[in-house]
Amino acid sequence: MNPILLAVIVVAAIGIIAAVMLAVASIVMAVPVDEKAEKIREELPGANCGACGFSGCDGYAAALSKGETTCTTLCSPGGSEVSKKIAAIAGLAAGEIAPQAAVVLCQGNNHNAGTKLNYVGVKSCKMATQLYGGPKDCIYGCIGFGDCIEACPYDAIHICDGVARINPLACRACKACIKTCPKGLIELLPLHQAKAAVLCANKDKGALTRKECKAGCIGCMKCVKACEYDAVKVENFCAKVDYDKCIGCGKCHEACPVGAIDVIELGKIALKSINRI
Amino acid sequence: MTKVFLSILITAILTENFLLSKFLGICPFLGVSKKLNTASGMSLAVIFVMLLATAVTYPINTLLVKNDMEYLQTIVFILVIAALVQLVEIVLKKYIPSLYSALGIYLPLITTNCAVLGVVILNVDNGYNFAESMVNSLGAGLGFMLAMVIFAGVRERLESCDIPKFMQGLPITLVAASLTSISFLGFTGIVDGIFG
Repeated sequence: MNPILLAVIVVAAIGIIAAVMLAVASIVMAVPVDEKAEKIREELPGANCGACGFSGCDGYAAALSKGETTCTTLCSPGGSEVSKKIAAIAGLAAGEIAPQAAVVLCQGNNHNAGTKLNYVGVKSCKMATQLYGGPKDCIYGCIGFGDCIEACPYDAIHICDGVARINPLACRACKACIKTCPKGLIELLPLHQAKAAVLCANKDKGALTRKECKAGCIGCMKCVKACEYDAVKVENFCAKVDYDKCIGCGKCHEACPVGAIDVIELGKIALKSINRI
Repeated sequence: MTKVFLSILITAILTENFLLSKFLGICPFLGVSKKLNTASGMSLAVIFVMLLATAVTYPINTLLVKNDMEYLQTIVFILVIAALVQLVEIVLKKYIPSLYSALGIYLPLITTNCAVLGVVILNVDNGYNFAESMVNSLGAGLGFMLAMVIFAGVRERLESCDIPKFMQGLPITLVAASLTSISFLGFTGIVDGIFG
């Protein structure tokens, strides 16, 4: 027989045998898959960011399908739309998810905050924190080495002038950066709503804060007096805004002598910060 | 008998290391050696597939040789190994889900990796019998694991180094890989020394 023909026949025969074996095996050994979970999984964004508190999208889909959780509003990246869809599949009640975005509460950029040491070690906030609280004078502020950038699954964070800044339109409120920031400077704020926010976390006394950072909160209580809604409190020489009470009137911003408190409307600021990037 | 097996095993692990001496399977060597646990997971899958592939291709090779069709070796081996790994994957998924999730994505990844194909073809070229082939495959797999684990350690060290910008990423990885492989040159002649 023609050797080429023989070779073709042998290889084809092996291929067909293998194919049949695989086909049979895939039917005989089929593992029953949870169809409901698969469907829910398809609706979820698929970033595996862990905002829901489960081990990624697969974990959340499985938990919903098995009834381990009945809450359909855990996926903040997906928002209300995804909540509606997965509620329909799982036969549960849908809920509204107020859109939020993360904000870095620090203005200690290279102009405002001084530096106390020339750090040449590993470029990681977590590492730098362990050395005298970081290279900046203020031990409460953003170090700017970008641990949060690496944590962000949506590429929403950039370092601008030595401080991390989050693009609210790209942010999906998954809280990955909040968990990563060694200084705990990142918070979620509602999107498209004007809210006053204290862009400082410095708990030193006013005089010390002044030396450390030009934009640091000195705890002068002027914002507390200016606020008509009892939304601002000062604790440990640092103001804090109750976002539920705040209506974003801006009186506190006008009263602040150092500009540490600002009214921000996430989404509007985004346009500015995109231009800057 | 044991002496032969031991010499084959040590040769395959140290002197003729697949990654560092033969430069087979460099893709996973550079690709999944970033973290220790992925490196060891990958190596386990490689050992598993190498042993399996050798066990299956040995009888097929004897058949091919009997019918004067050795020239079909490469293509038939690829075909058989690929199909077999798929089959094993299905079986594992059904009966040993824990092993399946441990080997996970690595199993199909190395289906016809050149290291796997290399070990079965080298077994044939060296004229090993079945037992010797299995020992050689085991040694090749263990050697793969050794190199992967060592290199993962090196790369984890590199992570915390201040590397000049032009060397960051692949360049420094390749330099580190070549240095690691030079260190394995030191094992040359060790088998002759012990068993010779």
